[in-house]
Amino acid sequence: MFNKKMLVVSVEIIFLIFVFLLVIWPMMSLFIWSIAETWYWPSTLPQKMGFDYWKQALGMQQSLAIGAVSIVPAFFLSLMIAIIVVVISMLIAIPAGYALAKYRIPFGAFILFLFLMPNAFPQQPIFVNLLRTFTKLGLAGTVSGVILVHILVGLVFGVWITNATFKSIPPYMEEAARSVGASRFQAFYKITLPLAAPGLLASAVFVFITSLDEFTGTFFVGLPFVNTLPMTLYSSSGYNMQFASVIAIILLIPSILFMVLIQRVLKAEYVGGMG
Amino acid sequence: MPDLRLVNIVKTYGKLRAIDNLNLTVEDGELLTLLGPSGCGKTTTLRAVTGFVAPDSGDIYIGDRKISDIPPEKRGIGLVFQNYALWPHMTVFQNLAFGLQLKKMSKAQISKKVAEGLTIVKLEELEDRYPRQLSGGQQQRVALARALVLEPDILLLDEPLSNLDALLREQMRFEIAQLHKQYGITTIYVTHDQTEAMVISDRIAVLNKGKLIQLDTPAEIYSRPANKFVAGFMGTTNFIHGNVQDISGDYGAVETNGGLILHGRGLGLEKGQEVDVAVRPENVEFLRQSQASRPHGDLNIFDARVDRATYVGELIDYQLTLGDSIIRAKGDVRRKRAAGETVKIYIDPDHLPVLGE
Repeated sequence: MFNKKMLVVSVEIIFLIFVFLLVIWPMMSLFIWSIAETWYWPSTLPQKMGFDYWKQALGMQQSLAIGAVSIVPAFFLSLMIAIIVVVISMLIAIPAGYALAKYRIPFGAFILFLFLMPNAFPQQPIFVNLLRTFTKLGLAGTVSGVILVHILVGLVFGVWITNATFKSIPPYMEEAARSVGASRFQAFYKITLPLAAPGLLASAVFVFITSLDEFTGTFFVGLPFVNTLPMTLYSSSGYNMQFASVIAIILLIPSILFMVLIQRVLKAEYVGGMG
Repeated sequence: MPDLRLVNIVKTYGKLRAIDNLNLTVEDGELLTLLGPSGCGKTTTLRAVTGFVAPDSGDIYIGDRKISDIPPEKRGIGLVFQNYALWPHMTVFQNLAFGLQLKKMSKAQISKKVAEGLTIVKLEELEDRYPRQLSGGQQQRVALARALVLEPDILLLDEPLSNLDALLREQMRFEIAQLHKQYGITTIYVTHDQTEAMVISDRIAVLNKGKLIQLDTPAEIYSRPANKFVAGFMGTTNFIHGNVQDISGDYGAVETNGGLILHGRGLGLEKGQEVDVAVRPENVEFLRQSQASRPHGDLNIFDARVDRATYVGELIDYQLTLGDSIIRAKGDVRRKRAAGETVKIYIDPDHLPVLGE
């Protein structure tokens, strides 16, 4: 018995070390870099630590260092774009996912496949072409243009995940609602939508994070006028490791918040009953 | 309570005729069972009544009200599903209250109705539970209560017991029959289980390949099946093939391929017609040597050889050779015949259907 317990404990310890090295350590490293004010080579920890770079990034202090700008405008721009992208994508994805799941749509599988297209090819050639079209339409270098690109990239998660979610809800759930007097819309709104909520939220989170992190499309279509957080990170990372670390950590925060939110919803009472 | 009428219903899927010109009336307050093997059209028929399937042609009426043109939610039909279809994100109370809320009832009325509904199915204590916290039997009662609280004109039950274990199924059969007797709602019950149909129904409609084969009381369907399909579907039956030799009234004499003459009942028989005689195992009577004379003289008394005798508790299951046919028979446990023995058997002509195609 003792040996078995020892074995279990040591496997657990090895696993923990593994997780630590794989996940936590890079993040720790990011964090240490973000507070390093002086850090020369053989030293394991920075010689001088402080929150100067955080203060610069958050616009609380002006610095003359290369690449040091306030990221507050970029952060709010990214957040705004991401929220708009999520709202528009879900307004498209929920009806589309539902229709493709519940009705026999001609070429349904093909339509689903179309949403995958922007992610199925190398992105650069697609966006270079898109830039030409957007320039003609006057969308290049505008926030609207960037929002459109993010929707294009994110919609695959929106439509595919909502479609799978609606497919997983058996048709008799809505039929039971109709049989007690609910109209088609009431059955959808009161029965299917709440049952689909965890899946819909998951797909919204994917769209949100995709938009927040989107780089290539924004690079081609948005620059130099639309400076999202990833753009700022890119332009500073070449010059200033500390500053890049600060932005990277800030980029992580909404994702982590959303992941916590998902986990909460996925634990909700009724999900257990669906399996 | 109104009746339910299906008039000339046709539904095809591609080349398959799922419902083939069905005419059926469910009388006021009656419990009618649609019985048949899977693919016979019983579920499609039920879905046509609920409105989830649109028939190609034909009309459906509740009383004088034509319902085949109106959407499912306006038909006033209560529905109980095989999978219960309780909404997992709602408590038992909310499941029952949903339809009442849609009717814009007051909160007090809703609470009262839900409480009544739960009393009917004996689940008063469980209104705050979620469906997944209930057993299968309890879930099915909630589903039943959910349909009943709305006081529907017609109640449809789609294989409601087939997901339950055998013991519970038997118990629920009687409960549903009891509920029906108590409230007298015009009910259609769909099942593929003939025992269930026998226990629960006022009348049974036997369907096959989208057609109505026979519509009658359980006893009539069992003892006077309309054709070989019905006889075979309603419990174990031995079929003996032969030719009609002679006809007198409703009775016919059939000569089997093995040269036996069997007398049985059959309508619309013709001389020389190829028929099947349906021998139910329980209708084979074993005679003692002294019991030679019967109401019909020595008609239908045969010598048979016991091939196998299996003790199954309440009876003995025999396999007999009769002429060149092999038949199954049920015998009394108090007088066991051994394999190899020759026995005298008698089959009452009134319980021996002669069936054409």
